[in-house]
Amino acid sequence: MKRPGIIKAVLIFIFLIFLVDGGLRLYRHRHFDVPVVAGPGVTRVARLSDFGPGLKGTMADTPVYFLEGTEPGGKAVLMSNTHANEPEGFLAALLMLENAVVEKGTLIIIPEFNNSASRNTRPGDGYPLYFEIPTDWGRKKFRMGNRDASPLDQWPDPDVYIHYPDRQLLSYIDVRNVNRTWPGRPNGPLMEKVTFAAMEIMRREKVDVAIDIHGAETMFPVTNCIVAPEKSNRIATMASLTVKAKEGFDSHVEPSPIGFRGLSHREIGDFSDTLPFLLEAPIPFLDQPTGPKTVKFLLDGKDPFLLNLAQKKKLFVSYDESGWPLEKRVGQHCSVTLEILSQYSKKKPERSILVRNVPRYAEIVQKGVGYYFHDPSEAEKDRVYPN
Amino acid sequence: MPFIMILYYVITVYLAFLLVWNFVHEKKKIEDLAQYLLVLIPLVLRILRIK
Repeated sequence: MKRPGIIKAVLIFIFLIFLVDGGLRLYRHRHFDVPVVAGPGVTRVARLSDFGPGLKGTMADTPVYFLEGTEPGGKAVLMSNTHANEPEGFLAALLMLENAVVEKGTLIIIPEFNNSASRNTRPGDGYPLYFEIPTDWGRKKFRMGNRDASPLDQWPDPDVYIHYPDRQLLSYIDVRNVNRTWPGRPNGPLMEKVTFAAMEIMRREKVDVAIDIHGAETMFPVTNCIVAPEKSNRIATMASLTVKAKEGFDSHVEPSPIGFRGLSHREIGDFSDTLPFLLEAPIPFLDQPTGPKTVKFLLDGKDPFLLNLAQKKKLFVSYDESGWPLEKRVGQHCSVTLEILSQYSKKKPERSILVRNVPRYAEIVQKGVGYYFHDPSEAEKDRVYPN
Repeated sequence: MPFIMILYYVITVYLAFLLVWNFVHEKKKIEDLAQYLLVLIPLVLRILRIK
């Protein structure tokens, strides 16, 4: 090798360009906060670490919003971004957070349930770092997260994740998947501390209903559904039938498997008196045999490869040229959530949870998701929270 | 930060040091020089707690 000094200097220069350019983008993503305008229904804001002190000062700590009604009643917890690469749940939760008014009972919303995952990225799959939603006052920017918590916050991964307390052997990566670490423990890995804190909310606040909002691949059988254990099954079935009859969309009921541990729809019900539900809306972006993972695809859910597979009946949902746009996914989540609360309130009137001012499926599909978000620059400063 | 995590950061620093050491002492193969730096990127990003 001739002139090794010059060659090394050139290589170091190229190395620094890659390091600084890539590093800055990733650093900014991890520290980018989404401003959320607390709506008229928000009466107080706590932190998850108030219920699990082990989370204090970590990236897993996250705001917990309380929307308390003027009349006493039941309590419901709404969690989203359990998997931070399924943004329809987060957007549905924000939509409720910025608009809902609770007349009776209490609604507790944890929009960034896995805050660490929402600050993690998936460059290997070509995920975008951000996406934007058009609103009446401009474009609202969101982080695109990952399914699992960042290794910066919980590392190293074990060879096999041994679930607590059942000792079931799960995939190593599930130790950072907050929907495998329920019911958690106060001194476990960080994600177990997250679920433990959430279980403390269920127990201390005597929560009646817990709803965990997700998105799932169109090629995955558990999609477009409400996953419910035995004790939640009746309400889930009534909610499913009602939205089908009144609003014209499908969201069938899937039983929560007894032998598969660590999931919210299983462990919340087994370790508290709360009725758990997990909502899935189809998100084509998560499917594997698709074109590039662009922001456009994330928002409109249109992909020619999936269309081809749909014609060969390889998908578990109906799929045509209109794709599966974000408005439909968010609309479904809002309607199903409202219907579950409504059905629970009918079953237990003394513990009813009455929520108003949340749009339903048809309205969201017509007006778009961004229509319901408020401009943080126009809001009172003490009503804007970074998420 | 748990002890095991600190230990993994120590291992990462050690591996990064080995790569830099090899880069400095490599005199013959330009491919090896490029590969040392390529492998070094994720290690530096982890040490700086960026990725």
